[in-house]
Amino acid sequence: MGFLEELKALLPGRVLTHEAALAPYESDALTAYRKRPLAVVLPEGKEEVVAVVRLCHRHGVPFVARGSGTSLSGGSLPVEGGIVLALNRMNRILRLDPKARIAVVEPGVVNLEVSRQAAPFGLYYAPDPSSQPVSTIGGNVAFNSGGAHCLKYGMTANHVLGLEVVTPEGEVVRLGGESLEGVGPDLHGFFVGTEGLLGVAVEITLRLLPKPEAYHTLLAAYRSLEEAGNAVSLVIRRGLLPGAMEIMDRLAIEAAEKAVRAGYPEAEALLIVELEGPKEEVAEEAQVLEEVIRESGAYAVRVAGSEAERQAIWKGRKAAFSAVGRLSPDYLVQDGVVPRSRLGEALREIQRLSQAHGLRVANVFHAGDGNLHPLVLYDGKKPEELERAEALAGEILRLCVRLGGSLTGEHGIGVEKKAYMPEMFAPEDLLAMERVKRALDPKGLANRGKVLPEVVHGG
Amino acid sequence: MQHRIPVEALGQEGEVMAHAIEACVHCGFCLPTCPTYVVLQEEMDSPRGRIFLMKEVLEGALPLEEALPYLDRCLACQACVTACPSGVPYGELIATFRLHTEEKRHRYPLERVYRLALLRTLPHPERFRPLAELATRLKPLLKPLPLPKPLKAPLDLLPERLPTEAPYLEIYPAKGERKARVGLLLGCAQRVLRPSINQATIRVLQENGVEVVVAREQACCGALNLHAGDKEGARALARKNLKAFQDVDYVVSNAAGCGSGMKEYPLLFLGEPEEEAARALAAKVKDLTVLLDELGFTPPPPPRTPLRVVYHDACHLAHAQGVREAPRRLLRAAGLEVLEPKEWELCCGSAGTYNLFQPEIAEALGRRKAENLKATEPHLVVTGNIGCLTQISAYLQGIPALHTAELLALLYEGKDPLSGEKQGTRL
Repeated sequence: MGFLEELKALLPGRVLTHEAALAPYESDALTAYRKRPLAVVLPEGKEEVVAVVRLCHRHGVPFVARGSGTSLSGGSLPVEGGIVLALNRMNRILRLDPKARIAVVEPGVVNLEVSRQAAPFGLYYAPDPSSQPVSTIGGNVAFNSGGAHCLKYGMTANHVLGLEVVTPEGEVVRLGGESLEGVGPDLHGFFVGTEGLLGVAVEITLRLLPKPEAYHTLLAAYRSLEEAGNAVSLVIRRGLLPGAMEIMDRLAIEAAEKAVRAGYPEAEALLIVELEGPKEEVAEEAQVLEEVIRESGAYAVRVAGSEAERQAIWKGRKAAFSAVGRLSPDYLVQDGVVPRSRLGEALREIQRLSQAHGLRVANVFHAGDGNLHPLVLYDGKKPEELERAEALAGEILRLCVRLGGSLTGEHGIGVEKKAYMPEMFAPEDLLAMERVKRALDPKGLANRGKVLPEVVHGG
Repeated sequence: MQHRIPVEALGQEGEVMAHAIEACVHCGFCLPTCPTYVVLQEEMDSPRGRIFLMKEVLEGALPLEEALPYLDRCLACQACVTACPSGVPYGELIATFRLHTEEKRHRYPLERVYRLALLRTLPHPERFRPLAELATRLKPLLKPLPLPKPLKAPLDLLPERLPTEAPYLEIYPAKGERKARVGLLLGCAQRVLRPSINQATIRVLQENGVEVVVAREQACCGALNLHAGDKEGARALARKNLKAFQDVDYVVSNAAGCGSGMKEYPLLFLGEPEEEAARALAAKVKDLTVLLDELGFTPPPPPRTPLRVVYHDACHLAHAQGVREAPRRLLRAAGLEVLEPKEWELCCGSAGTYNLFQPEIAEALGRRKAENLKATEPHLVVTGNIGCLTQISAYLQGIPALHTAELLALLYEGKDPLSGEKQGTRL
């Protein structure tokens, strides 16, 4: 029997091979890249994932695990001659223990669903990527997803306690456990963020947090992006640690306002600051915050007066990426990081680059941790505009590295940024990564061709 | 999203479709609100997947027949439109695509007959009524038979007995000072299956100072034909309505799908001589609850005992017309406790004739919806659409379901909405 026949025998009726069924899996949220897979399989339990991975290993067929396909770096783009493991049907929360404050979930569970199920117990899952109503925990683990509130609580890696992983050779291993105090090397921490290069997580143990007692969400309008950027450093310098600090520029505000009518004021830049914690503490911090914001040059300040107003502020922010689709037929989302203290400088330089390249750049980003999201707007129908956009995006990435930051905060390297890896890492660093990959995946089947640049692959 | 659709060759329809496809950035925010995706968890059964498929077909990269199974499963509920941050007019896209491709597609002879039979009878009460009467009479005999689903499903949706529809007056005067003069769209299947909704609507409008004109020459709104890709059938019906509703302030609809159907007339007559008239009429169409809310609602006396109602959002009100608050405000003003179900945005599976063509998915969605509604522990389910009423009632087991108009009319009459007198509304 050939590979496909064996595959069909393993998962009868759940192997897609028709063109019409395969076409929609060609891209994730980065449509500049497309690749039609050999087949898409829809496993419904971890045993089936194990069986499929072992079959792939035996036949030397590469595979890509995929959740909701929201990757902005092409992380779940299919690979040449490979199959897609669509894990969406593995969407059960296997166990939710409110006393231990953990949830054990399958990889296809949508991020927000964890918080929904935990809500009756006064708990929630903290990492909140903007895609949280859509993206899956499996994908969040692969990319160590962040989100607005990671300023205070850390990224996905800080909330994964344990993993069950199918290695590229089809072995099943348990990494970590159910508590923060792990024994032995932090291998689950190591696995988080490896973008599917080292296997497929089939069971994930997540840490849940008690919901904050109170929120104080403030919206401040500035005359320039740089001013808003500097305000962020001022807030931190005063000893405050807000749950989130986010900035949007004029273009992003315009797009978000069109999309969800969040009620944002007109401004060159908006800063969102959210304090959260025990009621009294938040009330006290709110006074300090107000002072700092006033000193920072904000000309309009608004505080959410109700949970509905708070939700509206966040809805606008979280819809901003996709909403930019209203302003431009195409765009590239970048994800570089700069040290917080150099935020103002970075933003000024991005504006200069945007003008020099003659392409608009919208900015919406996690200001608190210096994680920028410049959106390079272009029209793919115009000749060579994609190439120009990519060149501009590349310069922005180099700028981030030059300022002491990094290529990606949370979207991952995927296919999109792998060419820039040598800008950030020395050849020895890359070789070390390559050795790890080869040790666990000698045939190079798991998410082949992603993250590590070809130069290293060859070596 | 980039595409290579030969827009010029496809005319105005091509522009509408290409515009929608360009606006999609493939972010996936539509996935969790799409009923078929929720049930099937497959990309090609999601809005994002379908947009991609339509693009491929229009580009000529994929044969139409291959994409159709997935496109046909779309309920056109437009929950994705509500969820979409990029503003993709998906409703326009799928409706136009269906109009555009109907003639090109292959249908099996039996399917063709079944489809035609539905499209030629349902929108015409004078044809549908005798058939429905016959079917209700035969129902006890047919039910035990192992009928194929496409025949069994419509049978299940028929009531045990067909109510009689009292003849309509031409004009119903407003009570008190006249605030507006409106034309009432009587609808098609609704008139036959549940005439109490129209009677209740007239009653409620009168109570609120609205004069109601029942134009004789009106027809079904044509949405059924439009969404099935039957352009000429839809246009013929719509032309009658363009004439019938000329001299009223507003056209009131009490069925979600009909209201949004009439609002789609400009799309139906794109580039035709009637386009202007279609725009004018579409602008006058209002759902009953929106009209009352805007004119200033005179609430009925509150119920004698506290009443907990759960409001079910019909997709063609909530998603297609953006109507969610008006009906809730009316119900609250009437002294009712309004409960909110989980997954409000998810379709109940009725979706016009969907439960006839895709009975399995429709059933899964109907059960899910009923569970979510029941979980709020209501006395009553309220909604603004006959299709939803019929579909949900099939799975609610014991909890009564009423149209918003029926409930309000009962309250105006001082009746207990739970006593089962709903068919007795008199004018």
